[in-house]
Amino acid sequence: MDSRLLHDLTKLLGPRGVLHQLEELLLYEYDGSVEVARPDCVVFPRATADVVEIVRLAGRHKVPLVGRGTGTGLSGGAIARHGGIIVSFSRMKRILEVDAENQRATVQPGVVNADLSVAVEHLGLHFAPDPSSQKACTIGGNVSENSGGPHTLAYGVTTNHVLSLEIVLPSGELMRLGSAALDPPGYDLTGLFVGSEGTFGLVTEITVKLTRLPEAVKTLLAVFDSVDDATETVAEITARGITPAACEMLDGWTIRAVEDYVHAGFPLDCAAILLIEVDGLREVAETEAKEVADVCGLHHAREVRVARDARERDLLWKGRKNAFGAAGRLAPSYYTQDGVIPRTKLPATLRRIGEIGKKYGLQIGNVFHAGDGNLHPIILFDERNEQQFRDTIRAGDEIIEFCIQMGGSITGEHGVGMEKDRLMPLLFSEADLALMRRVRDVFNPEGLLNPGKLLPTSKGCGEIYVRPRPAAAAPSA
Amino acid sequence: MSVGGASVLSRMAKVVGDSNATSDPAQIAAYQIDGRSPATVVHPGSSEEVVEIVKFAAREKLAIVPTGARTKLGIGMPPRQYDVALDMTRMDRIVAYDPGDLTLSVEPGIPLHKIASALAEHRQFLPLAVLFANRATVGGTIASGVDSPLRQIYGTARDFVLGMEFVTGDGIAAKSGGRVVKNVAGYDIHKMMIGALGTLGIITRINFRTFPVPRAVRTFVATFRGPTAALELRHAIAKSVLRPQSVEILAATGSSTAEFGRRAAISFENNRWSVVASFAGHDQVLDRDRRDLQALAQGMDRSSLESFTELRAEVAENANRHIAGLPGAILEHSPAAAIFKTSALPTDLAGLAAGIQSIEIPWLVMMRGLGITYLALLPPDCSEGSLRVLKQECARIFDLLRKAPRGRSVLLWCPPELKSEINIWGAPPGDLSLMQKLKGVFDPSGILSPGRFMGGL
Repeated sequence: MDSRLLHDLTKLLGPRGVLHQLEELLLYEYDGSVEVARPDCVVFPRATADVVEIVRLAGRHKVPLVGRGTGTGLSGGAIARHGGIIVSFSRMKRILEVDAENQRATVQPGVVNADLSVAVEHLGLHFAPDPSSQKACTIGGNVSENSGGPHTLAYGVTTNHVLSLEIVLPSGELMRLGSAALDPPGYDLTGLFVGSEGTFGLVTEITVKLTRLPEAVKTLLAVFDSVDDATETVAEITARGITPAACEMLDGWTIRAVEDYVHAGFPLDCAAILLIEVDGLREVAETEAKEVADVCGLHHAREVRVARDARERDLLWKGRKNAFGAAGRLAPSYYTQDGVIPRTKLPATLRRIGEIGKKYGLQIGNVFHAGDGNLHPIILFDERNEQQFRDTIRAGDEIIEFCIQMGGSITGEHGVGMEKDRLMPLLFSEADLALMRRVRDVFNPEGLLNPGKLLPTSKGCGEIYVRPRPAAAAPSA
Repeated sequence: MSVGGASVLSRMAKVVGDSNATSDPAQIAAYQIDGRSPATVVHPGSSEEVVEIVKFAAREKLAIVPTGARTKLGIGMPPRQYDVALDMTRMDRIVAYDPGDLTLSVEPGIPLHKIASALAEHRQFLPLAVLFANRATVGGTIASGVDSPLRQIYGTARDFVLGMEFVTGDGIAAKSGGRVVKNVAGYDIHKMMIGALGTLGIITRINFRTFPVPRAVRTFVATFRGPTAALELRHAIAKSVLRPQSVEILAATGSSTAEFGRRAAISFENNRWSVVASFAGHDQVLDRDRRDLQALAQGMDRSSLESFTELRAEVAENANRHIAGLPGAILEHSPAAAIFKTSALPTDLAGLAAGIQSIEIPWLVMMRGLGITYLALLPPDCSEGSLRVLKQECARIFDLLRKAPRGRSVLLWCPPELKSEINIWGAPPGDLSLMQKLKGVFDPSGILSPGRFMGGL
């Protein structure tokens, strides 16, 4: 990296605001995905003005910039694919304003998702998007990836909760998109920006909606001896007009892996469990919990347990949210997919995933947001075995291809990043992608922001893709 | 224009068939926007035909305005140039409906009521309780960005449109989003199409998330003397655990507004401000909603609460439908009306209400619980004198609305004569330069509804 640029960055941020030694950079080669690439340096701005200056300096030297929260992303969004500067927002983590009356909060991008909910809990409010990594991931990262989570079934994903953004464009220009009030006149640039995976601008301030906490919550655990019974239960809950706050499914293999690790009280000998949550007024939660339990019974649930208190409820959720961590104990590495299918296609898709696992001799566990058809197959592998690594990627791709055949999508909440850019042509035509590229160029004309992400760099995706081999196990989600 | 009217017509007819293109003055008159007529009206039957038409228009620099049932062409500025009205009503198919997946894919020209009937068979619906719902098309509803009282719980199109297909101004068919309820692949370009008045693309398909019809709905009206307690009730509901599906605050002056009140089952007399709140769910839940809401209403300043009532089911249904369509009903009743849409933070509504009370001509206000306000000014007639007064009042209101600095206002509808004298879009936003660049990407020749949108877009 150019020594003058490094000098200027150090002058701006102080010696502790810039990392550039090899051993320091190793930590920033990864995120939660299986991707790896090394940045040339990592910088830690303290304020919007720092970000503006960093962007200007990088622009002058034509060096790529990659925004980063805490690196929990699952598609390589926060990895410097083509080197350059990683802009870490870990020092910009203040909650700038909480407006309880209007149910708004304005935060810096480095605020951890769960910290905002904790900070406003005494007001009876919370920030609704709840990725499994919510205790570590940042709201800036959530905005970039348009993150979801189990409770997005009823509450929506990040984009449904973001009202306004302050962004720094690659030109160094500071801009405000949207407004704290609803329906700002003009094109919905906030809606366009959320989920742009760091390719449009660096976010320096975020205004979000805060959601009232429900009066009552009921969490049910339903145990099934057949996966089909579990998926049919999900279909009937929908057909009855019930929208649970969350509806999660774990298959038998995953349940055993989790139970061994978390001791959530999941039965070890079943084929699937559903974790269903209903909330609202006390009367709503009670009526719907009863109805959901009835539906589970009709579809041969062996057992339906209702969490008696917050402790039991937290334990059930801990089991769900640590499923990936549990998988991490069973193999050197695992690869989590993020396909989406229309929820009525769940049984067929699960069968297909089973076949794909058999074909490659790979263990695949299934954890997913059953309510909205967002699958997270977990493929276990050993990255030291190159053949197995390639098979893992192929198996992942085959699962995704099947999702697309079912009318679904390649990613429900993890983002495209550098993991799935090559799969985009399966979903979008050349014309679609060309238009997206032109839209990106409006914000990021020289491609200096997060290059090599979201949009495929080459045409087509027929060729066999071999990734750089990762050097260590991927961290848990 | 490099080609004459006759050759435009024959070229269009070649694409869509003779019976689907016309320059007949009698038919064209129905496509007027603020008194301007197009030279040709074309009815495409497919996305491919739209592509052909737009490519030809881009080459010949012909300006196109897409239309549906033409109920909301009064929103925005008249087009700078208006050669072709692209009537989308032949593209009126339900392309796919999967009740089990709660997803729906439709062409833009299908009327909302037809979608509603198809969905009702499976006890589902789209939460688009909008104006002109009895005849508006889904495409026009989305492209004009009108909202619905049900946004209180279901959000707006921005929250339940899953994806779109559209044709850009250079005649390229493209799409974004998808047909599943959860999807983050690619940029959400379709979000920009919502409310863009057809300035970025011609929408050819819209994918929606559908919702189950609630088991029962009950509607309550709390009427107060003056706005203060009515708004206090709004705040109290927001702070409670209640989850109403709509909260609308209504008030009006002048004898011409009485009928609107009657149809909403309320009275506007003597500065009455009414909070109309509806709730959905199971019977026992609705009993609780009623109890809690009544307690909240009675907890307001006692001398201010005039009545708390529940509307009988049939009355409630009609009243809610009327409230959802109120701006439309006002325009049909008084064509000279001016209607503002203001976005404000809920705590700024009180200041807004105080300002509204000082307006000297008859007015009607409808404030949604989430902070969106529709304010209609109702001049007695279209005479020059009335328009002069209307113009003064509109300018004064823009000043007044600026006092809610965190909000924004647009003059959504007004007599065409005023549009050349008032900036109906209010002050331009800070990100207008990005919007202009994006317009250049989607419509490089500037032929899609040119000048209709804010900032001359």
